[in-house]
Amino acid sequence: MLSIKHFARAAIVAALAVVSGAALAQTEIQWWHSMTGALNDRVNEFAKGFNESQKEYKVVPVYKGAYPESMAAAIAAFRAGNAPHILQVFEVGTGTMMSAKGAIKPVGQVMREGGQKFDPKSYIGAVAGYYTTSKGEMLSFPFNSSTTVFYYNKDVFEKAGLDPNRAPATWPEVMAAAAKIKASGASQCAYTTGWPSWVHVENLSAWHNVPIATKENGMAGLDTTFQINSPLHVRHWTNLKDWNSKGYFTYAGRRNEGEAKFYSGECAMLTSSSAAQANINRNAKFKYAVAMLPYYADVKGAPQNTIIGGASLWVMAGKKPNEYKGVAQFLTYLADPARQAQWHQQTGYLPITPTAYEITKKAGFYDKNPGTDISVRQMMLHDPTPNSKGLRFGSFVQIRDMFEEEMENMLAGKQDAKQALDTAVKRGNDMLRKFEKTAKE
Amino acid sequence: MEKRVVFRSPWLPYLLVAPQLAITIVFFFWPASQALLQSLQQQDPFGISVEFVGLDNFRALFTDEHYLASFKVTTIFSVLVATIGMSVSLLLAVFADRALRFSGIYKTLLIWPYAVAHAVAGVLWLFLFNPTLGIVAHWMRRAGIDWDPVLNGNDAMTLVVVAAVWNQISYNFLFFLAGLQSIPKSLIEAAAIDGAGPGRRFWTIVLPLLSPTTFFLLVVNVVYAFFNTFAIIDTATSGGPGQATEILVYKVYKDGFKALDLGSSAAQSVVLMAIVIGLTIVQFRYIERKVQY
Repeated sequence: MLSIKHFARAAIVAALAVVSGAALAQTEIQWWHSMTGALNDRVNEFAKGFNESQKEYKVVPVYKGAYPESMAAAIAAFRAGNAPHILQVFEVGTGTMMSAKGAIKPVGQVMREGGQKFDPKSYIGAVAGYYTTSKGEMLSFPFNSSTTVFYYNKDVFEKAGLDPNRAPATWPEVMAAAAKIKASGASQCAYTTGWPSWVHVENLSAWHNVPIATKENGMAGLDTTFQINSPLHVRHWTNLKDWNSKGYFTYAGRRNEGEAKFYSGECAMLTSSSAAQANINRNAKFKYAVAMLPYYADVKGAPQNTIIGGASLWVMAGKKPNEYKGVAQFLTYLADPARQAQWHQQTGYLPITPTAYEITKKAGFYDKNPGTDISVRQMMLHDPTPNSKGLRFGSFVQIRDMFEEEMENMLAGKQDAKQALDTAVKRGNDMLRKFEKTAKE
Repeated sequence: MEKRVVFRSPWLPYLLVAPQLAITIVFFFWPASQALLQSLQQQDPFGISVEFVGLDNFRALFTDEHYLASFKVTTIFSVLVATIGMSVSLLLAVFADRALRFSGIYKTLLIWPYAVAHAVAGVLWLFLFNPTLGIVAHWMRRAGIDWDPVLNGNDAMTLVVVAAVWNQISYNFLFFLAGLQSIPKSLIEAAAIDGAGPGRRFWTIVLPLLSPTTFFLLVVNVVYAFFNTFAIIDTATSGGPGQATEILVYKVYKDGFKALDLGSSAAQSVVLMAIVIGLTIVQFRYIERKVQY
C-alpha cells in the first residue's frame, strides 16, 4: 500500500542521488608521469593539493614506467584515441613531440585559452628556451629540469694531497688531480661520468658556446645537420680516450651507473645530473662538494651556460575545451613560486622561475645546503646564445644512443676520436633526414 | 588401423576449436599481418602521417651496415648458445645417467634453473658480473683479470652467452636424459663385450640413437637463441657496448620502441620471421634425413 511516507522516502532518496551525482561530475584530468620513489610522492602531493583547492577538476597522476616506456604508452594510447591530458616527456623526446602537430597542444595556447596569466619571460631563460619555438611560443611546461654538474670526493682529495676546498675548474686541472689521485692510490678510479652524451657532447658544446648542429641546434628547422666533429669536440674526445687508456677516466655506462661508482667511494670525481645529489647525499659516506662543470679555459666564450636535462609536461590534443581549462589551472598551480621553491629544495631539480630561486636564497637554503645552487648558477651564468639555448632533434633518443655507441667503440680502441665523431655525424644526419621525411608530410 | 574420431553434430567440432583459433588469430595472425602492413609504410610515431613506401624500408635495411653487423652478432650468438648449451647439457645428462646415489638431487638441481624467468636470469648474471655492481666482477678485478662488459664487446658477449646457456641447460638436460634412458642397455652391453671402450660406445651407439632428441633440441635452441634471449640481452647489456650484443630481435625492439621508427622495426621483424621459417624448413628437410628413428 503506497503511503505518503513511502513516497516521501523515495523522493528524498532520489534527491540525494541527483545531488551526489552532480558532486561526482568532476572533470578528470589524466596526468601520466615517470617519477619514482620520493619524486612520486611529491607528484601525488601536487595532485592532491590541487584537487583539494577546487571542486571542478580532479587531476589523476598515473605512473606509466620510465620515460621511454611512458612515451611509447602515450603514443599507443593516442593511436587508440584515449591519450592522457598531460604527459611528462623527457627532454630528448622534445623533437618527436614537437613534430607531432596534430597530437599536442602548445602550452602557451592552452594557458591563453584557459584565461590564465602566462608570461614566458617569467621563466628562467635557459630552462624555458629549450621548450620554446624559435618564434617564442612555449610548447611544453618545464617541470623537472636538471643540468650537468661536477661532484668530487673531498676526503680523497685530502688523501691525495690536493686542496679539498678547491674544485678543479678546467679539464686540464681535473686530469692533473686525477694523475695525483692515481699516483697516491687515494682511490681506485679517478674520474667517471653519467649520461656520456649529455655531458661530453651536448653540454660540452653549450658550455663552450659552440654549436651542436646548424639551425640553432635544430630549433630553427628540421633541415639541421650535426657539427660535433669540430676541433673542440675532437680535442675533448681525444683527451677522453687518452685519459681512459691512462686509467684516469673510467667509463661506467650510458645512463647514471657512474653515480653509483662515485657514492660508493670507488671514483673520486663525477660529472652527472644535479638531480643525483639526493642519492649521493643518502649513500655517500664521505665529505663531497658540488662545483660547476669543467671547461677548457683557452676557448673563447667558455663557460657560457649549460643545457637542461630532465622532462617537461606536454598537453595532448583532442580533448574538450572544458578539460583544457582545468589543465591550464593546474599548470598555474604548479608554477606558483612558493610551490616551485619547495619542489626545487626537496628534489634538487632546478626552479623554473627566478622568483623561486630568490625565495630559496632568502630562506637561507643554499647556505644550509652547500652545492644545491650550483645548477641554478650554471644555468643563469649568461643569457643563452643560439648555441646554448637548448637543442631539438627528432629521433634524439636513438641518436644519443648512437653517440654513446661511437664513444664506446672509441674507448675500446676500435677507432680514434676523429673517426668516432665523423661517424657519429654521418649516422646522426641519416637519422635526422629520415625523421625530417616523416615529419614533413 | 587408424583411429578416427567422428563427430555426429556438424557444428560441435568448430565450436570446440573456436577458442584456440580465436587466440591464434588475435595473438599471431593479426599482429603478424599488421607487421607486414607496417613494414611497407613509413609513419611518424603518432600515426598522424602514414605513407606507403613499398619496399623502401627493406632496401634501407640491407644497405645499413649496422643491420648487417647485427646479422653477424646474431649468428655468433646463436651458434655459441646452441652448441655450448647442447654439449654441456649432454655431458651433464651422461653423468646424471650414470649416477647411482643422489641422482634425484642432481636431477632436481639441474632442472631448477629452467624455472627462472629469462629477465630474472639476465638481472641475476648482471648483479654478479657487472663491473660497477657485480660481486664476481669485484673478485675478478682483485685477481687481476681485466673484466669489463661495459666497454669490451667480447666480455659482454661472454656474459650474455653464459646467462642464456644457463637458463636453457635444464631444458636440454631433461630431454637428453630421457633420450639416454630410452637406449636399450643390451646394445651398450653387447658393444662392451665386443671390446668397445666407453668413448667408442658413445660415438657409435649412443649419439646416433640420440639423434632424434638432438635434432629436436637443435631446432628449439636455435629458436630460443633468436627470440627468447631478448629478455637476457635487455637486462644484462642493452645491446652494448657499441653494438656488440645487439641481436636481430633486440634491434627490432630498439628501433620500434626506443626510436619509434615503426616502419623499419616492422620490416626487421618480417625479415626475422622469414629467417626462422627458412631455418626450420632447412632443418626439417635436410637434417631430419640424417636422423635415425
